[in-house]
Amino acid sequence: MKKKTLVLVLALAMVFTFALSSCGGGGSAEKDEEQVLRVVTEATFAPFEFTEDGDDEIKGFDVDMMNAIAEDQGLKIEFINMEFDSLIPALESDQGDIIAAGMNKLAGDRAEKADFGDTYFESDLMLLVKSDSTLTSIDDVTPDMKLASQIGTTGGEYVQTLEKDGKIAQGVVLNQWTDSYMQLQNGDVQGVVVDKPVGEAYLNSHSDIAKFVGEPFGDHEEFAYAVQKGNTELLEKLNTGLAHMKENGTYDELVDKWFS
Amino acid sequence: MGVYLKGFLIACRGIPTTVWVSIVAIVLGAALGLLLALCSQTKSKVLRVIAKLYVDIVRGTPMLVQALIMAYGVPQLLQSMGSSFKWSNLVIPAIIVCGLNSAAYMSEVIRSGIQAVDKGQMEAARSLGMTRGMAMRLVIIPQAIRIILPAFANEFVTLIKETSVLGYVGVVEILRRGQLWNASSFETFPAYIGVALAYMLLTIPLSKAINGYERRRARKEAAA
Repeated sequence: MKKKTLVLVLALAMVFTFALSSCGGGGSAEKDEEQVLRVVTEATFAPFEFTEDGDDEIKGFDVDMMNAIAEDQGLKIEFINMEFDSLIPALESDQGDIIAAGMNKLAGDRAEKADFGDTYFESDLMLLVKSDSTLTSIDDVTPDMKLASQIGTTGGEYVQTLEKDGKIAQGVVLNQWTDSYMQLQNGDVQGVVVDKPVGEAYLNSHSDIAKFVGEPFGDHEEFAYAVQKGNTELLEKLNTGLAHMKENGTYDELVDKWFS
Repeated sequence: MGVYLKGFLIACRGIPTTVWVSIVAIVLGAALGLLLALCSQTKSKVLRVIAKLYVDIVRGTPMLVQALIMAYGVPQLLQSMGSSFKWSNLVIPAIIVCGLNSAAYMSEVIRSGIQAVDKGQMEAARSLGMTRGMAMRLVIIPQAIRIILPAFANEFVTLIKETSVLGYVGVVEILRRGQLWNASSFETFPAYIGVALAYMLLTIPLSKAINGYERRRARKEAAA
């Protein structure tokens, strides 16, 4: 009996020591080593950032671009996946150093909350509908319809404005693009307002389900990465890295890889 | 300060949706819960197993998962089988899930209420010539209701808070209002403090009312 108790106590002691040492160890190791910059993103935005087949690995244009910039500038980065509307708060609360999430720097009050870098991609909004839909453009929507888009995006604001103006019944603003596609597929909404390259990536694999209609619309978008307000040193490094990428052809390679 | 007030007011605009989803769901939950509780009390083994299985499944899975299955999974499954089924409004699966969820918890509450009524009551009723069903309906359940009322109201408070997961399927309730505002303004702290206050505006008066009821009842019982 006594022996058993002793073993139990020893085992518990080992567990605690291990737990404590692993916390402490992690902390000091982080300080000793070169700082790893935390790049926050939201990985349902193919081809900019997405995951595949239940894999944790985030891939996409933004990932390759940030890795190329980091290599060029001798920075160490790691990607952290979170909700899109948490990205800017994450920078503000120092839970991330860089946002690379196909974020439109012209939208809303974003530029007041974070410092955006040079534009690396330009886009417009498109209307995605089911392949058997009779809608032919965003101007055809009627007050009984619902359109979906993602929270915190230009498209999300666009559908909310349509709802406010009484042009549609509801602007359904969801956390993930995949939710918007799901609602379109299930018939919960009649259309999805999405950034052109992102909708194209979806159509590449789902052309039997959906199609684009009409011309691009909405405010013009400029995608840029962002850093914490006032972190000009890092922002300049990123901008220099991006400029190098554009000069040496890496940028065009990535555009070919992800957008063709 | 103005930004906090704004956050609170924006969250408050979600109150009607949260409240009516909660009310419809609790009514649905109470009805189904009573049925389940009665099933679990019958002599029929099949009914007892069904009731037990239902409660285990619902209590053993997160409501968010149930909501996603009901709102997105079910239509996709039915459509893949050639049906043209779709929810006319996603608030419907949201209410169903809240109701089904609540039913599992309510059935446990009601069962404990029925069991808390003195056994002698059933025996006395039966000896007066009532059938089991009559005794349940006329003697046991009325007393059980009084016993479970506080637990019932607590379940309602829980349900109000749990409806916050419905934002994930596109229902714009209190939390979602706050999230949407945060997404455009990035006033994270005021947005979610406003959301918290809006929930408290509903739950605290309700909890206070339950406490008051319990105190009054305790006094009455002490006097009797």
